[in-house]
Amino acid sequence: MHDRLAMALQDDLTNAIVSTRAKGVLIDVSALEIVDSFIGRMLSNIASASRVLDAVTIVVGMRPHVAITLVELGVQLSGIQTARNVDKGLETINRLIEQSESTDADGDD
Amino acid sequence: MLMETIDTVPIRSSEDIVRVRQKVRFQANAMGMSLIDQTKIITAASEIARNTFEYGGGGELLLELLRDGARRGLRLTFSDEGPGIADIEQAMRDHFTTGGGLGLGLGGAKRLVNEFEIESRPGDGTRVSLIRWK
Repeated sequence: MHDRLAMALQDDLTNAIVSTRAKGVLIDVSALEIVDSFIGRMLSNIASASRVLDAVTIVVGMRPHVAITLVELGVQLSGIQTARNVDKGLETINRLIEQSESTDADGDD
Repeated sequence: MLMETIDTVPIRSSEDIVRVRQKVRFQANAMGMSLIDQTKIITAASEIARNTFEYGGGGELLLELLRDGARRGLRLTFSDEGPGIADIEQAMRDHFTTGGGLGLGLGGAKRLVNEFEIESRPGDGTRVSLIRWK
Protein backbone atom coordinates (compact mmCIF):
# COMPACT_ATOMS: atom_id res chain seq x y z
CA MET A 1 0.00 0.00 0.00
CA HIS A 2 1.55 3.30 -0.98
CA ASP A 3 1.30 6.49 1.03
CA ARG A 4 -1.36 8.25 -1.04
CA LEU A 5 -3.58 5.16 -0.95
CA ALA A 6 -3.22 5.08 2.84
CA MET A 7 -4.20 8.76 3.07
CA ALA A 8 -7.19 8.13 0.78
CA LEU A 9 -8.30 5.22 2.97
CA GLN A 10 -8.19 7.50 5.99
CA ASP A 11 -10.39 10.11 4.27
CA ASP A 12 -12.80 7.57 2.76
CA LEU A 13 -13.28 5.79 6.08
CA THR A 14 -14.01 8.91 8.09
CA ASN A 15 -16.47 10.09 5.43
CA ALA A 16 -18.13 6.68 5.37
CA ILE A 17 -18.53 6.69 9.18
CA VAL A 18 -20.53 9.90 8.90
CA SER A 19 -22.57 9.00 5.81
CA THR A 20 -23.51 5.50 7.03
CA ARG A 21 -23.72 6.45 10.73
CA ALA A 22 -21.45 3.50 11.42
CA LYS A 23 -20.94 2.46 15.02
CA GLY A 24 -17.88 0.37 14.34
CA VAL A 25 -14.92 0.16 11.97
CA LEU A 26 -13.11 -3.11 11.38
CA ILE A 27 -9.75 -2.91 9.60
CA ASP A 28 -8.27 -6.20 8.42
CA VAL A 29 -4.50 -5.83 8.01
CA SER A 30 -3.78 -9.51 7.32
CA ALA A 31 -2.74 -8.69 3.75
CA LEU A 32 -0.11 -6.18 4.88
CA GLU A 33 3.38 -7.66 4.78
CA ILE A 34 4.81 -4.76 6.73
CA VAL A 35 3.43 -1.92 8.82
CA ASP A 36 5.83 0.99 9.09
CA SER A 37 5.44 4.16 11.15
CA PHE A 38 3.46 5.82 8.36
CA ILE A 39 0.83 3.09 8.21
CA GLY A 40 0.90 2.88 12.01
CA ARG A 41 0.15 6.58 12.26
CA MET A 42 -2.65 6.21 9.73
CA LEU A 43 -4.25 3.44 11.80
CA SER A 44 -4.00 5.61 14.94
CA ASN A 45 -5.52 8.56 13.09
CA ILE A 46 -8.45 6.47 11.85
CA ALA A 47 -9.06 5.18 15.38
CA SER A 48 -8.95 8.71 16.84
CA ALA A 49 -11.21 10.18 14.16
CA SER A 50 -13.76 7.39 14.48
CA ARG A 51 -13.77 7.80 18.27
CA VAL A 52 -14.61 11.47 17.83
CA LEU A 53 -17.39 10.39 15.43
CA ASP A 54 -18.70 7.94 18.05
CA ALA A 55 -17.56 4.75 16.34
CA VAL A 56 -15.17 2.10 17.63
CA THR A 57 -12.22 0.84 15.57
CA ILE A 58 -10.78 -2.65 15.73
CA VAL A 59 -7.66 -3.71 13.83
CA VAL A 60 -7.62 -7.43 13.07
CA GLY A 61 -5.34 -10.01 11.53
CA MET A 62 -1.92 -8.50 12.11
CA ARG A 63 0.71 -11.09 11.34
CA PRO A 64 3.09 -12.00 14.18
CA HIS A 65 6.29 -10.90 12.39
CA VAL A 66 4.63 -7.60 11.54
CA ALA A 67 3.61 -7.07 15.17
CA ILE A 68 7.12 -7.83 16.50
CA THR A 69 8.72 -5.47 13.98
CA LEU A 70 6.25 -2.71 14.78
CA VAL A 71 7.05 -2.92 18.50
CA GLU A 72 10.80 -2.81 17.83
CA LEU A 73 10.31 0.14 15.54
CA GLY A 74 8.68 1.91 18.49
CA VAL A 75 5.15 2.33 17.12
CA GLN A 76 2.68 1.92 19.95
CA LEU A 77 -0.68 2.04 18.15
CA SER A 78 -2.06 3.72 21.23
CA GLY A 79 -5.83 3.87 21.44
CA ILE A 80 -6.24 1.02 18.96
CA GLN A 81 -8.17 -2.08 19.91
CA THR A 82 -7.07 -5.28 18.22
CA ALA A 83 -8.47 -8.76 17.70
CA ARG A 84 -7.06 -11.97 16.25
CA ASN A 85 -9.38 -12.25 13.26
CA VAL A 86 -12.50 -10.81 11.64
CA ASP A 87 -14.92 -12.98 13.70
CA LYS A 88 -13.31 -12.03 17.02
CA GLY A 89 -13.16 -8.42 15.85
CA LEU A 90 -16.89 -8.34 15.11
CA GLU A 91 -17.63 -9.88 18.53
CA THR A 92 -15.56 -7.17 20.19
CA ILE A 93 -17.19 -4.40 18.16
CA ASN A 94 -20.68 -5.66 19.03
CA ARG A 95 -19.77 -5.87 22.71
CA LEU A 96 -18.32 -2.35 22.73
CA ILE A 97 -21.34 -0.93 20.93
CA GLU A 98 -23.72 -2.63 23.40
CA GLN A 99 -21.68 -1.29 26.30
CA SER A 100 -21.73 2.25 25.00
CA GLU A 101 -25.48 2.06 24.29
CA SER A 102 -26.30 0.78 27.77
CA THR A 103 -24.15 3.57 29.22
CA ASP A 104 -26.07 6.08 27.12
CA ALA A 105 -29.41 4.61 28.28
CA ASP A 106 -28.34 4.87 31.94
CA GLY A 107 -27.77 8.54 31.39
CA ASP A 108 -24.31 8.29 32.97
CA ASP A 109 -22.65 9.58 29.86
CA MET B 1 34.72 -8.28 3.20
CA LEU B 2 33.40 -8.82 -0.32
CA MET B 3 30.73 -6.63 -1.79
CA GLU B 4 28.61 -7.07 -4.84
CA THR B 5 26.30 -4.36 -6.12
CA ILE B 6 22.96 -5.84 -6.98
CA ASP B 7 20.74 -2.96 -7.88
CA THR B 8 19.95 0.72 -7.56
CA VAL B 9 16.46 2.10 -7.08
CA PRO B 10 15.58 5.77 -7.65
CA ILE B 11 13.44 7.36 -4.93
CA ARG B 12 11.49 10.18 -6.55
CA SER B 13 7.88 9.49 -5.59
CA SER B 14 5.82 7.71 -2.97
CA GLU B 15 5.35 4.83 -5.47
CA ASP B 16 9.15 4.44 -5.43
CA ILE B 17 8.96 3.73 -1.68
CA VAL B 18 6.79 0.73 -2.58
CA ARG B 19 9.38 -0.32 -5.20
CA VAL B 20 12.13 -0.05 -2.57
CA ARG B 21 10.17 -2.41 -0.32
CA GLN B 22 9.64 -4.85 -3.22
CA LYS B 23 13.33 -4.88 -4.24
CA VAL B 24 14.50 -5.32 -0.64
CA ARG B 25 11.98 -8.11 -0.08
CA PHE B 26 13.13 -9.88 -3.24
CA GLN B 27 16.82 -9.77 -2.24
CA ALA B 28 16.26 -10.63 1.42
CA ASN B 29 14.13 -13.57 0.37
CA ALA B 30 16.63 -14.67 -2.32
CA MET B 31 19.45 -14.78 0.22
CA GLY B 32 17.31 -16.95 2.49
CA MET B 33 16.60 -14.55 5.36
CA SER B 34 13.94 -15.64 7.83
CA LEU B 35 10.53 -14.02 7.56
CA ILE B 36 11.11 -11.94 10.67
CA ASP B 37 14.51 -10.69 9.43
CA GLN B 38 13.00 -9.89 6.03
CA THR B 39 10.20 -7.95 7.69
CA LYS B 40 12.67 -5.98 9.82
CA ILE B 41 14.91 -4.90 6.96
CA ILE B 42 11.97 -4.11 4.67
CA THR B 43 10.37 -1.99 7.40
CA ALA B 44 13.66 -0.19 8.10
CA ALA B 45 14.08 0.41 4.35
CA SER B 46 10.56 1.82 4.15
CA GLU B 47 11.30 4.30 6.97
CA ILE B 48 14.57 5.52 5.47
CA ALA B 49 13.22 5.64 1.90
CA ARG B 50 10.44 7.90 3.13
CA ASN B 51 13.00 10.19 4.77
CA THR B 52 15.01 10.26 1.52
CA PHE B 53 11.87 11.26 -0.37
CA GLU B 54 10.31 13.68 2.11
CA TYR B 55 13.28 15.37 3.75
CA GLY B 56 16.04 14.72 1.20
CA GLY B 57 13.96 15.75 -1.82
CA GLY B 58 14.51 12.33 -3.38
CA GLY B 59 17.60 10.26 -4.01
CA GLU B 60 18.46 6.65 -4.52
CA LEU B 61 18.97 3.29 -2.87
CA LEU B 62 21.98 1.11 -3.56
CA LEU B 63 21.56 -2.60 -2.72
CA GLU B 64 24.71 -4.62 -2.05
CA LEU B 65 25.30 -8.21 -1.11
CA LEU B 66 28.05 -8.62 1.50
CA ARG B 67 30.18 -11.68 2.15
CA ASP B 68 32.32 -11.84 5.26
CA GLY B 69 33.67 -15.37 5.56
CA ALA B 70 30.64 -17.61 5.79
CA ARG B 71 28.43 -14.69 6.75
CA ARG B 72 26.20 -13.03 4.20
CA GLY B 73 24.41 -9.77 4.56
CA LEU B 74 22.39 -7.20 2.73
CA ARG B 75 23.54 -3.59 2.78
CA LEU B 76 21.16 -0.80 1.81
CA THR B 77 22.60 2.66 1.23
CA PHE B 78 20.18 5.55 0.83
CA SER B 79 21.61 8.81 -0.46
CA ASP B 80 20.14 12.17 -1.24
CA GLU B 81 21.40 15.64 -2.05
CA GLY B 82 18.93 17.39 0.19
CA PRO B 83 19.47 19.97 2.92
CA GLY B 84 21.25 17.51 5.22
CA ILE B 85 20.87 17.15 8.97
CA ALA B 86 22.46 19.70 11.30
CA ASP B 87 22.13 17.72 14.53
CA ILE B 88 22.28 13.99 13.85
CA GLU B 89 22.09 13.06 17.52
CA GLN B 90 18.82 14.96 17.86
CA ALA B 91 17.45 13.48 14.61
CA MET B 92 18.19 9.94 15.87
CA ARG B 93 16.17 10.49 19.03
CA ASP B 94 12.72 8.89 19.14
CA HIS B 95 9.80 11.23 18.59
CA PHE B 96 11.98 14.04 17.27
CA THR B 97 10.52 15.27 14.00
CA THR B 98 10.70 18.37 11.85
CA GLY B 99 7.86 17.05 9.69
CA GLY B 100 4.45 15.67 10.54
CA GLY B 101 5.60 12.15 11.26
CA LEU B 102 6.03 10.13 14.43
CA GLY B 103 9.75 10.83 14.52
CA LEU B 104 10.56 7.14 14.72
CA GLY B 105 12.19 6.76 11.31
CA LEU B 106 15.91 6.96 12.04
CA GLY B 107 16.03 5.59 15.59
CA GLY B 108 13.41 2.95 14.77
CA ALA B 109 15.22 1.81 11.62
CA LYS B 110 18.47 1.52 13.60
CA ARG B 111 16.79 -0.89 16.04
CA LEU B 112 15.65 -3.11 13.16
CA VAL B 113 19.08 -3.72 11.59
CA ASN B 114 22.46 -5.04 12.75
CA GLU B 115 24.55 -2.11 11.56
CA PHE B 116 23.53 1.47 10.99
CA GLU B 117 25.56 4.40 9.73
CA ILE B 118 24.55 7.93 8.95
CA GLU B 119 26.58 10.69 7.36
CA SER B 120 25.17 14.11 6.81
CA ARG B 121 26.21 17.74 6.71
CA PRO B 122 23.98 20.76 6.23
CA GLY B 123 23.81 21.56 2.53
CA ASP B 124 25.59 18.37 1.60
CA GLY B 125 22.89 15.71 1.61
CA THR B 126 22.48 12.60 3.72
CA ARG B 127 23.67 9.03 3.40
CA VAL B 128 22.22 6.27 5.56
CA SER B 129 23.51 2.73 5.37
CA LEU B 130 21.80 -0.30 6.90
CA ILE B 131 23.14 -3.84 7.15
CA ARG B 132 21.20 -6.92 8.14
CA TRP B 133 23.30 -10.08 8.39
CA LYS B 134 21.72 -13.41 7.68
